[in-house]
Amino acid sequence: MRSDEALLQINALRSGYGRIEALHGVSMEVNRGEIVALVGSNGAGKTTLLRAVSGVQPVSGGAIVFDGHDVTNAQPHARVKRGIAQVPEGRQIFSPLSIEDNLRLGAYLRKGSEIDRDLDMVYDLFPVLKERRRNPAGGLSGGQQQMLAIGRALMSGPKLLLLDEPSMGLAPILVDQVFQIVEKLRDESGVTVFLVEQNAFAALSIADRGYVIETGEISISGTGRELLDDERVREAYLGV
Amino acid sequence: MAEFLQFCASGLTVGAVYALVALGFTIIYNASDVVNFAQGEFVMIGGMTTVFATAAGVPLPIAVLIAILAAMVIGLLLHRLAIEPARGASPVTLIIITIGASIFLRGLAQIVFDKQFHSLPAFSGDTPINIGGALVLPQSFWVLGGAVVIVIALWAFFNRTVTGKAVLATAANRLAARLVGINTSFVIGLSFVLSAAIGAIAGILVTPITLTSYDIGTLLALKGFAAAMLGGMGNPIGAIVGGLLVGLLEAFGAGYISSTYKDAMAFIVILGVLFVMPGGLLGRASVERV
Repeated sequence: MRSDEALLQINALRSGYGRIEALHGVSMEVNRGEIVALVGSNGAGKTTLLRAVSGVQPVSGGAIVFDGHDVTNAQPHARVKRGIAQVPEGRQIFSPLSIEDNLRLGAYLRKGSEIDRDLDMVYDLFPVLKERRRNPAGGLSGGQQQMLAIGRALMSGPKLLLLDEPSMGLAPILVDQVFQIVEKLRDESGVTVFLVEQNAFAALSIADRGYVIETGEISISGTGRELLDDERVREAYLGV
Repeated sequence: MAEFLQFCASGLTVGAVYALVALGFTIIYNASDVVNFAQGEFVMIGGMTTVFATAAGVPLPIAVLIAILAAMVIGLLLHRLAIEPARGASPVTLIIITIGASIFLRGLAQIVFDKQFHSLPAFSGDTPINIGGALVLPQSFWVLGGAVVIVIALWAFFNRTVTGKAVLATAANRLAARLVGINTSFVIGLSFVLSAAIGAIAGILVTPITLTSYDIGTLLALKGFAAAMLGGMGNPIGAIVGGLLVGLLEAFGAGYISSTYKDAMAFIVILGVLFVMPGGLLGRASVERV
């Protein structure tokens, strides 16, 4: 694997909350055009890692290199500008604001006609959002809010989309829908996706490559297929 | 009837000032969860700076601009030097910081200005206008008109500009705001500057009626806070309604009961709200589905 293909490189990253360290030197990479899944149980450090990449979680050691730039200590807005967009855990939409305002705020750092073009693109992807675009976003169902959160992230025109537990709290049929959309984004829009999931089966099924994180360290890595077939992964995360 | 109208007029005038102070509370509270008890000092700075600038020979319109700018700079400094360094502190700590800032600003005003009461000449003369037997000062219309203009300008700012939407987004969900690239520290600073400007304008408009001095901020902050609580903390419409109601209660309380208890009205309102409806009249408007 050539390192110049890597869009995101994480080297020996350490981070924690107060005196408790949650990541003990995590190294991994995401290549251009890939879907990479990070699976692991609750509290293993998945969300911490994703938050460190988007810049809302301070790091205590190691480095994050994105698109050839060291962004380890960059402010979140500087990272959005470089092309990192995170869909946070629990959606975190702007409930009182309208759906269209939510989407337009996704393009907060951009200017010009591209915004309207991308707005149409998101509405094509999620027609239900267009129908209700004047309504407050808080009135959407859980699945629709997830679509809105993904749409909002896409509005920044990202090179790398970070998805934190996109399937959480969704009915199985909606989970399938969300993962189909993620695949579609990679195949049709060339977006690189780094997703974190407890639903290991769904995530590894669409992932080109995957990593397993256990108590703040990467324990297993491989292609999505390899991990799905791995005995340890099957026992610990797939329940078979 | 004339008496009733008279109380209405004075209640609405002073209520408009409380409403503006309450709006200042609301804007900062929404953007940062900070209850800024130095809000009253912005009103004082607006009035006092205008008084001293005009006394130094500066024409009134320019003195007004200087006063508003001075308050905005102090609002920004308050955020950068006192609030921002304590980011992540508990709400109680932040409230105590703003109370400290308020005491500091009062002390500073004693030194920079003086300890006397001051007035400004009314903007359009002192001849009262007779409305149904009630005599209303022309300056009251300046206060009410100013409040209306500020409310409309704020509405346009929050609903029609990208920066205004960024403030609303920060208020709705700070994490998500940071993730879409909003510099939330800038937005919170902006909310302090905006609140300071609103407070200063209120102080300038009302000085010809109520006079000003270095220590008027404390009581104004408490009454504005009572207004914000009554309307529902965090709700801008609630702040306006609450402000006008507190003003009217004061005027009618002073008129029909006893003027001795005028200042007690705001505290009765605070207690009443806490006991009977902690959410306030309008609460925080939110549509949410989990």
